[in-house]
Amino acid sequence: MSLTAKDVEEILRLLEESQFDRLNLEINGIKIELARDGARPKSERPAKAAKPAPAPAAPPPAKKQRQSAEEGLVEVKSPLLGVFYRAPKPGEPPFVEVGSKVAEDSVIGIVEVMKLMNSARAGVAGEVVEILGENGELVEHGEVLMLVRPE
Amino acid sequence: MAIKRIFIANRGEIAVRIIRSCKALGIETVLGVSEADRTSLGALMADRALCLGPAQPAASYLQIPTVVQAALGSGCDAIHPGYGFLAERAELAQLCEDEGMIFIGPAAAQIEAVGDKLRARAEAIAAEVPVVPGGPVETVDAAQKLAAEIGAPLLVKAVGGGGGRGMKLVEDLAALPATMDMASAEAGAAFGDPRVYLERFVARGRHIEVQVLGDGAGKVVHLGERDCSVQRRYQKLVEETPAPSLPAATRDKLLAAAVRFAERLDYRGAGTVEFLYDVVRDEFYFLEMNARIQVEHPVTEEVSGVDLIAEQIAIAGGQGLRFTQDEVVLAGAAVECRINAEDPERDFAPSPGTVSDVSWPHGEGIRVDTHIAAGASIPPFYDSMIAKIIAHGPDRATAIERLEVALAQTRIEGIATNLSFQRRILADAEFTAGGVDTGFLPRMLEREREAA
Repeated sequence: MSLTAKDVEEILRLLEESQFDRLNLEINGIKIELARDGARPKSERPAKAAKPAPAPAAPPPAKKQRQSAEEGLVEVKSPLLGVFYRAPKPGEPPFVEVGSKVAEDSVIGIVEVMKLMNSARAGVAGEVVEILGENGELVEHGEVLMLVRPE
Repeated sequence: MAIKRIFIANRGEIAVRIIRSCKALGIETVLGVSEADRTSLGALMADRALCLGPAQPAASYLQIPTVVQAALGSGCDAIHPGYGFLAERAELAQLCEDEGMIFIGPAAAQIEAVGDKLRARAEAIAAEVPVVPGGPVETVDAAQKLAAEIGAPLLVKAVGGGGGRGMKLVEDLAALPATMDMASAEAGAAFGDPRVYLERFVARGRHIEVQVLGDGAGKVVHLGERDCSVQRRYQKLVEETPAPSLPAATRDKLLAAAVRFAERLDYRGAGTVEFLYDVVRDEFYFLEMNARIQVEHPVTEEVSGVDLIAEQIAIAGGQGLRFTQDEVVLAGAAVECRINAEDPERDFAPSPGTVSDVSWPHGEGIRVDTHIAAGASIPPFYDSMIAKIIAHGPDRATAIERLEVALAQTRIEGIATNLSFQRRILADAEFTAGGVDTGFLPRMLEREREAA
């Protein structure tokens, strides 16, 4: 038996709809570690952090560099690769602004993959300190979208 | 339209291989990577790397919408799928066609046509390309008539069977009626379907394939054949060109048949037509067509001097075929060994881990296609191939000699590999004599067991 893309999508959907933010699954030797939005899977915890990803050369558009040097901020990462939108629809106000209070399950943006809209959630309760994800731009899987000062 | 930026939807050595050709052509590259490949050689070499998703292929490399979104979002004009993963998924080619993205490969309809075995066989027959003689039979009378055409030995196969199940060998046609009755009764009991068909049995077969390039408008050229008969459980281990001791007249017929097949489909891009060569009868039969660049493409490049990736890109960009058949000159011989991270001492179990140190060979006629440098990690999620070592020479003996020296120079520390196993193959008398059939490797392993 092997996992299909559909199975993984189904698992992701179940996690998305659940009240949990982390899922470890092992089926026939295939280990899956899933975490929602800001929650970090164990393998990503700093203690085990591998070499940093190589900085991409040209031609990526200039990405916003993190400004805040404040310690203890939680990175809210994109759950998947896609186009990031800060508002539910064009012309509407953004889900959050700097200074907004968020709860763990607060939607902070939308990531579109070929016309399929996926909500990105804060994964942590606190206050939005900085917004790095650019509206309408491509974000990678795991790219930092925002920084939140946890409560 | 000239292609300016290519999205590479693959990993490992083929991602590096595609990036090299793109750099030479002045084309920018964006590589889609999984979390496990963020620090891979390809990710370092590409102009940009984008993380598609987690390490598991199903969540990253196999996500068609994510791949197309990444290509669109990073301003690429084309997607190169490499081999494996999404290379022969008509769905990706179709989505590219719908989105105005160039797919570096055949049209979606062509991928579908060759992906269906029955349809491919029908196309082969229509193109007057020989297929394995045989067919369904309902009565013993009909079976005897067909068997006389096929000749002995032949196989009686259950329509509902597969994977070697429900197969009976008939060596003497006098035994056919009894065998067929038995096979039919057994098939009915085992598969709930008593229908059987007859097929010629190839006692000694060689896997010989032909590299073709098509412009998508009916023009096709070939770049010679490759012999890939050194296989272990259908996994190719050593590939070479030209096919040793293949009669010249048979070779001409084989190459022409491959071109006819691709022409019939108006095939676009690089493709490979695979044949089973029946050594005893000196005949060949169509097996299937692979609608992609193949792992073993370097041996063809070495003898032809053609950069197949560059030609794929040129065809996809609308430049058509940039040379005629007469301009294709095949010089010398080339042999390739696949180096896999697997342990021959433990029944070829995969051996993922970190390559603590590595030293690749250099020398006249030596080429190494790899994504592995010292410190590289080999994640457990993907194919175990870590390199291809290729030697080219004026003749087969020289190429093998150069390859032996190259393998002896190669050092890979930290993981188990099949390097010494490959050296034993190259030194085997049956292999060096040339023209081995697909039963060679099991025979060699058996000889080694007996000698041990």
